[in-house]
Amino acid sequence: MSVVTLKINDQELATETGKTILEAAQDAGIRIPTLCHLDGITDVGACRLCLIELKGGRKLLPACVTEVAEGMEVETHTEKLQDYRRMIVELLFSEGNHVCAICVANENCELQDVAVEVGMDHTRFRYRFPDRHIDLSHPQFGIDHNRCILCTRCVRVCDEIEGAHVWDVAQRGAAEYIVSGLSQPWGEVDACTACGKCVDACPTGSIFRKGTTTAEKVGDRDKLQFLVTARQERQWTR
Amino acid sequence: MAKIRLATVWLAGCSGCHMSFLDMDEWLIELAEQVEVVFSPVGSDLKEYPENVDVCLVEGGVANEENLELALELRDRTKTVISFGDCAVTANVPGMRNMLGGAEPVLKRAYLELGDKTPQLPHAPGIVPELLEKVQPLHSVIPVDIFMPGCPPSAERIRATLEPLLRGEQPEMVGREMIKFG
Repeated sequence: MSVVTLKINDQELATETGKTILEAAQDAGIRIPTLCHLDGITDVGACRLCLIELKGGRKLLPACVTEVAEGMEVETHTEKLQDYRRMIVELLFSEGNHVCAICVANENCELQDVAVEVGMDHTRFRYRFPDRHIDLSHPQFGIDHNRCILCTRCVRVCDEIEGAHVWDVAQRGAAEYIVSGLSQPWGEVDACTACGKCVDACPTGSIFRKGTTTAEKVGDRDKLQFLVTARQERQWTR
Repeated sequence: MAKIRLATVWLAGCSGCHMSFLDMDEWLIELAEQVEVVFSPVGSDLKEYPENVDVCLVEGGVANEENLELALELRDRTKTVISFGDCAVTANVPGMRNMLGGAEPVLKRAYLELGDKTPQLPHAPGIVPELLEKVQPLHSVIPVDIFMPGCPPSAERIRATLEPLLRGEQPEMVGREMIKFG
């Protein structure tokens, strides 16, 4: 293990080579907001919430997929970054149909939490009110695409931890959506083991257990991290 | 000092925000001493929105021609307009009809497809206001000064928003207690 030294918000840090800026910040107790990041699965830099500024660089970089380097000087909360973060969250709310009041994940939703964190009291963008569908064909679970922010955490958790790869991404741009199997109803996908990891991975109320009603979904995100640690380090207690 | 002229307006919402307003309980008595309620579905019986209003709480989205007319009128006659609750801030539940398209598919669904006996579309010009194509949040049709999300905003949140205004200060709309949706 070789050591890298860098500065985050003028704080001197020493960390391991190969770590991401997000991991280095988390280790140092510096909070950077995220939505598509989930401990235990690969990062993809999809949500752009963790964008940071690098001294001497013009581009903003996603902290979750940028590795630390010797002498880096990182800023995580400049005015520009905070403006962009709020704009990103406003765009997410305008893009889908997020009706917190009647959502299973109300009070327990990462999108709702992040809106509070970035100080969003309304969106400056026009709501699209897209026509999206709901798939209730699975005997135990449902997916409501109205609430989906396309973070792809379900896709990755199913592929990387469960090894079933039930989910993928279909279409592009505004028409993009999460697809099950070979574009089949979820309930007809043989590969699904009904393990429920996607339910726990989903940051919003998009994927839920049937019978869960308003504000009743309580995600267990630590379970996923536990499974990863259990397999990699053979520690089977929580 | 002249009393603050307070109005509350009910557009396309369920009145839950106004119920939450009434949940401020005994503080309403203190409020009544400091303000003059000049227009409100729960506090006065006037039909015309008055001139020179200082603060107006607006519940609900903008769903029909009457909502739009009142929104424009109150903006004209009010210093500080507050989007009061999620329907005013986001269109919320009334806005879910937008996913069906425009006003026509919504009316057809509600009055023809689901009509049990003699299904017909409501049409009474001058009596029943026509639906707008889409339900919009208040700030889509008029400039709004303060946003107070919540479905409904709690009595504590409403009080924390109004108290600074009574002192001539701006409320700080930050943090979970003040701006969490839903």
